[in-house]
Amino acid sequence: MDLSAINPAVLFASLIVAATPILLAGLGELVVEKAGVLNLGVEGMMIVGAICGFAVAVGTGSPFLGFVAGAVGGALLSLIFAVLTQYLLANQVATGLALTLFGLGFSALIGQGYVGIKPPPVSALTFGPLSDIPLLGTILLRHDAMVYLALLAVPGLWWAINRTRMGLILRAVGENHDAAHALGYKVVHIRLAAIVFGGAMAGLGGAYLSLIRVPLWTEGMTAGAGWIALALVVFASWKPGRLLLGAWLFGGITVLQLNLQAAGARVPVEYLSMSPYVITIVVLVVMSARGGRAAGAPAALGRSFHATH
Amino acid sequence: MIRLEKRPTPSRFWTAATPVLAVIATMVAGGLMFAALGKDPLEAIRTIFWDPLFHPQFAGYSRPQLLVKAGPLILIAIGLSLGFRAGVWNIGAEGQYIIGAICGAAVGLAFYPAAGWYIFPLMVIAGALGGFVWAMIPGILRTRFNTSEILVSLLLVYVAQALLASVALGVLRNPQGGGFPGSRNLAQYPAAANLELIPGTGMHWGVVAAFIAVIASFVLLQRHILGFNIRLSGQAPRAARFAGVSPTALVLTCLGVSGVLAGMAGLFEAAGPSGKISIDFASGYGFTAIIVAFLGRLNPVGILLAGLLMALTYIGGELAQFMLGLPKASIQAFQGMLLFFLLALDLTSNYRLRLAKREVA
Repeated sequence: MDLSAINPAVLFASLIVAATPILLAGLGELVVEKAGVLNLGVEGMMIVGAICGFAVAVGTGSPFLGFVAGAVGGALLSLIFAVLTQYLLANQVATGLALTLFGLGFSALIGQGYVGIKPPPVSALTFGPLSDIPLLGTILLRHDAMVYLALLAVPGLWWAINRTRMGLILRAVGENHDAAHALGYKVVHIRLAAIVFGGAMAGLGGAYLSLIRVPLWTEGMTAGAGWIALALVVFASWKPGRLLLGAWLFGGITVLQLNLQAAGARVPVEYLSMSPYVITIVVLVVMSARGGRAAGAPAALGRSFHATH
Repeated sequence: MIRLEKRPTPSRFWTAATPVLAVIATMVAGGLMFAALGKDPLEAIRTIFWDPLFHPQFAGYSRPQLLVKAGPLILIAIGLSLGFRAGVWNIGAEGQYIIGAICGAAVGLAFYPAAGWYIFPLMVIAGALGGFVWAMIPGILRTRFNTSEILVSLLLVYVAQALLASVALGVLRNPQGGGFPGSRNLAQYPAAANLELIPGTGMHWGVVAAFIAVIASFVLLQRHILGFNIRLSGQAPRAARFAGVSPTALVLTCLGVSGVLAGMAGLFEAAGPSGKISIDFASGYGFTAIIVAFLGRLNPVGILLAGLLMALTYIGGELAQFMLGLPKASIQAFQGMLLFFLLALDLTSNYRLRLAKREVA
């Protein structure tokens, strides 16, 4: 095995790229769960976002329109979840699963004609001479716009959740929907908005996978990224800053195992490729062993709201 | 303005009627989807739901397939339904199915080429144990560390798939297979084969096990204290605790039973219809079984019917692929749609819809 082939600066740079899809999807799910809704359909929304973004980007030649389409696709799928759980009071766990199963089939259906096509390339932003700074320039300043958008979304969401009136209402709905309802807030409308936001973010994450990270369309290409994003939210104790940390951790493991595979490590490839999932489980265990409520789970998470008055 | 009024107890009529309505709604929506794909919707629906059973040319082949496909679906769904009733969400049955198949097949291959009546039963036990162990991981993590069994069981599916690839290319690879991945064909090894019991019906040991599971689960839920405790924990967790039901034991029981059944389903598949452990052995039965469990209203008899219906869509889907050129994925989307309609219509069994004038808030 030749470890010297692995350049740490390039490794860090690709770690940031690998973390972006799960970061985007995880941030979206964080907002949804802050509103007290558990949407297990992240995987489905991501893959629908991936194919919608890919199809539109290939069709129009514009990656920007592709990302817009990815967000719209994810949001439309999440709207099904929103109507079922908020208006028809369906079980959130079952509906989320249905969303994932449907999304996987539906995306494969749309994506039939797109296998083997290359999407239009996305150029990296350049910061002039800054991008040529050794180490720092390579790691941080040679990425595409989506990476920076995802990074900016972290402090943005922290501020929105913790420092604005909107965030306060969102948290109130997620902690105690009956009290929020009694105060006159439209619980169902607020949750609907949160779910659609989560869907759009998951769709963006999916589009990032198919347009930049891979960049190709294959059936089932998300390969559990949506589930890892769900686990990240628990890992992050519902805090955006920690979510970034978690996304980088998992991005790091993914990139490292790919590099080890390429470097010809003596561990079989299958064991390397299962490592991100195993480590996700281990981290989940460590986090949940410290106690669910204390870890910051919204109190009304996963409970249906039905106004009787 | 429609107002919802919670029913004191779920309506029995609507509980039975919603799956039927959901199937009809899915046929309509699916027909629209097929029309959008440029296919004749009526012909597509007929090919999926009617031709596998009654087509003069293909029915002879596809009728036995109904039981072959329904067997694992029913077996897995029965196990899942117990957990779903108690609020224990094992959504990683696909992983338990794979591990069961690997363990069971490994035992069979270890005996190759010996003959003996005991080999197949040992394989079944190994398959059940494999599924059990794989399901105990989320079970123990949930009861010991309060980790979400939903995420752990699902993530373990990906681990199981990687293990499957590893053994198909490694320890279980057929030494006489010319270097191709995949194990020896168990279906051609008489002591280990899970053969058709009655020729022309598709009935193999997995289907027998599925029928036994349906009956056992029916008796369990109706007549046994454990079944009562499972139902109680799902409907009123606090009351269940006061009644002395141990949540830990219940979680472990539910996950254990579903793991055993999923593992057995995997072994029956590996030793019978599939015949061998290969990279593409996993066929998604573990996920489709979730739809079967809900479509069957978590009720054993309902699951039996739902499993047969879902098997029909699998076979009809293959037929539609072959005859109409419908993509394989459209059936998956179709099955997902069915679950949506079912969940949406569920409202009618728990709530009464009342037309009301808009009240002043």
